[in-house]
Amino acid sequence: MTPWAALASPRYLVSSWPWRSYAYLFTSVPMGLLSICILIGAAAAGAVLSPILIGILLLTAFPLLGAAIGWVERWRAGLVLIDGISSPHATIPASLSRREKLRFRRRERASLRALGYAFVLGVFVWPLSAAVAGVSATTLLITLAAPVIADGEEMGMGPWTLDTAQEGFIFLLAFGPVFYCISSYLVGVVAGAEASLAKAMLGPRQEELQRNLAELRRSRLDLVDAFETERARIERHLHDGVQQRLVGLTMTLGLAELDLPEGQGRQLVVKAHSEAEAALADLREAVRGIHPRVLVDHGLEAAVREVADRSPLPVTVQMALPSRLPPPIEAAAYFVVSEALANVTKHAQATHCEVAGRIADQQLVITVTDDGIGGARTGAGTGLTGLVTRLDALGGTLVIDSPPGGPTRLRMECPCRLGD
Amino acid sequence: MPTRRLSIVLAEDSLLLREGLASILDRAGHEVRDAVGDADTLLAVVRKEPPDVVITDVRMPPGHSDEGLRAAAAIRAELPSIGILVLSQYVADAYLSSLLETTTGGIGYLLKDRVGHVAEFLESLDRVADGGTVVDPEVVRQLLARRRNDGPLAALTPRELEVLALMAEGRVNASIAEQLVVSEAAVRKHVGNIFAKLHLEDGLDRRVSAVLTYLRG
Repeated sequence: MTPWAALASPRYLVSSWPWRSYAYLFTSVPMGLLSICILIGAAAAGAVLSPILIGILLLTAFPLLGAAIGWVERWRAGLVLIDGISSPHATIPASLSRREKLRFRRRERASLRALGYAFVLGVFVWPLSAAVAGVSATTLLITLAAPVIADGEEMGMGPWTLDTAQEGFIFLLAFGPVFYCISSYLVGVVAGAEASLAKAMLGPRQEELQRNLAELRRSRLDLVDAFETERARIERHLHDGVQQRLVGLTMTLGLAELDLPEGQGRQLVVKAHSEAEAALADLREAVRGIHPRVLVDHGLEAAVREVADRSPLPVTVQMALPSRLPPPIEAAAYFVVSEALANVTKHAQATHCEVAGRIADQQLVITVTDDGIGGARTGAGTGLTGLVTRLDALGGTLVIDSPPGGPTRLRMECPCRLGD
Repeated sequence: MPTRRLSIVLAEDSLLLREGLASILDRAGHEVRDAVGDADTLLAVVRKEPPDVVITDVRMPPGHSDEGLRAAAAIRAELPSIGILVLSQYVADAYLSSLLETTTGGIGYLLKDRVGHVAEFLESLDRVADGGTVVDPEVVRQLLARRRNDGPLAALTPRELEVLALMAEGRVNASIAEQLVVSEAAVRKHVGNIFAKLHLEDGLDRRVSAVLTYLRG
C-alpha cells in the first residue's frame, strides 16, 4: 500500500496514515539536519585538509556517506511505504579485501544518487516537512486546547475573540474537524511526495533490477552445481568405501565356504554370503540413483541407453549429441529421462517408448514419447516436480503433452553452449 | 581345483580387494606374479614379462574412470595372446562395448561380486585363459532385454537366443542343456542353427564369434 492509495481510501482520516505521515515528516527534520551537517562538515574538513592527502581521501569518500544516509533513509521510508524501498546496491563479492569492498561501493551509481538525495534532504526536504507538519500540528493543538486557553484569558482567533471556556468549546466543535481534515490530507500529500522522491532516488533502477535478477540466477546455478558436486562426492565415498568393503566381505565368505566342511556352520556362511551380495546389489542400485558412474565416464547417451536397457519396456534410443555436455546439464537430462521412463512403466500402460535427443540452436532437446493411455501431469507427487526446479535453474523447461487416451510426449529443453 | 598353474598379473587399486583376490588365486594354485594398484604400472609389468592372464579393475588411479579398460585395450593390441579378465563394480555395457571392439576372445567381463563365488570365478578365469569369452550373467540379462529388431540376431528364434545368451555366459553345451532342461543333442542342433544363421565360417572359433556377434547386438 502506498501513501497515495491510502489518501484515496475513504477511511484515510480514521486510519493510522495521518499519524504515520506526521511521524515521517517530523523524523525528516533531525535526519535532514544531520545529513547537511555531515556533508558540510566533510566538505569543510576536506577543504581544510586538502593540502595533505587526507583531504582528498575524505572527498572521495562522499558517495560512501551518501550510501550510509541512503541506508537509514530507506529504513525510515518504511513508515509510509509498507513494502519499503529495496536496495539498489549490488552484492559485494566476498573475495574482496575491506579496502576493495569500500571502493566497490563508492563507485556505484546508486551511491552517487544517494549522495544527491542526502543533499536534497538536508537543503529542501526537512524545512518543507518542518513547516507543513509544524503548522498543521500547532493549529490542531491550539484548536484542541481552545476551551482551556479561552477560560483563562482572552484569545484572538481570526475575526473572533474567545473569552470563555464555552466559546472556546464551540470553536473546537466548529473548526476542530475541519482543521483535522485539511491538515491530515495536507500532511499525507507532503509525506507521500517525499516518500516518492526517496523511492525514486534511493530505489533500484531498471538495470539494477536486472542485475539483481542475474545475480539470483547465478546463485541458483551455483546451488545446482554444489548439489552436483556433493552427489559426486557421496557416490565416490560409497564406491571407494562401503562397496569395496562389501566386495571384500563376499570374497572372504566365499573362501570360508571352500574351507568349511558340509554342515550347519557352512550353511550359515552361505546364507551370510548371499545376504552380503543382496546388500551389495541394493547399494549399487542406490548409487545409481545418486550419481550414475556411466554418466560421468561415458556421457549422456551411454547413460540413457543404460536406463533404457534396464526398463522392462522396449525403449528406442535415438541420440545425436556431440561428445560431452556440461556436467549439470547431462545430470539434469539423465534424471529427466530416468524419471520419465519410470513413470511410463508405472502409469502409462504403454507397449513402446522412444527417447530422442539432439542439439538445436544451442539447446539440448530431449523428448520421451510413449504409446500409452496419456493423462500424465507434472503435478505434485510425480518425481518430475523437483526436476523442473532443477531445470529452471539451468534456464531449461519441461513440457508434458498428454491428452487423455495418449500418446504422452515429454519435451525437455535446456540451453547449452558447448563452448562453456 | 585347477589342473594347471596360471601366471597372473593383478591390477586393483583397493588394497583390501587386491589382497583378497591374491589370496583366492593363491589358494587355487595360481601364481600371482605381480599385484599392482594403477594402470601405468600394470602396462609396465605386462610389457616386461607377459603373464598368462591379466585381471584388472575398470576404475583405477589417477583419473578413477576407465583406466583399467584402456590398459586392457592396449595390452590386447600389443600382446593378443594374454587373456584379460576385467572386473567391474557396475553392470554397464558401455564398458563392455569398448572392450569388445578390438577383441576376438580370451576376454572376460565380470562383476566383482562374482569373485565371492570362488569356484565359478576360477572356472571363468580358466575359460579366459583358454581364449574363451565370459560375460557376467547380469550384463547378459540386460543385453537380452534390449533385443534389436534389425541386427543379425533378428533371424534367430527365441530358443536360439536363449542358447546364445548362455553361450555368452561361457557355458559349455552340457551346462546349457542342463539349464534349459533339454538334451545335449538338442543344444548341439540349436548351436549349429545359430552358426548357420549368423553365417559363421568353419575354421574360426565359431563359438566365440557367435558370442561376440551377440554381444555387439
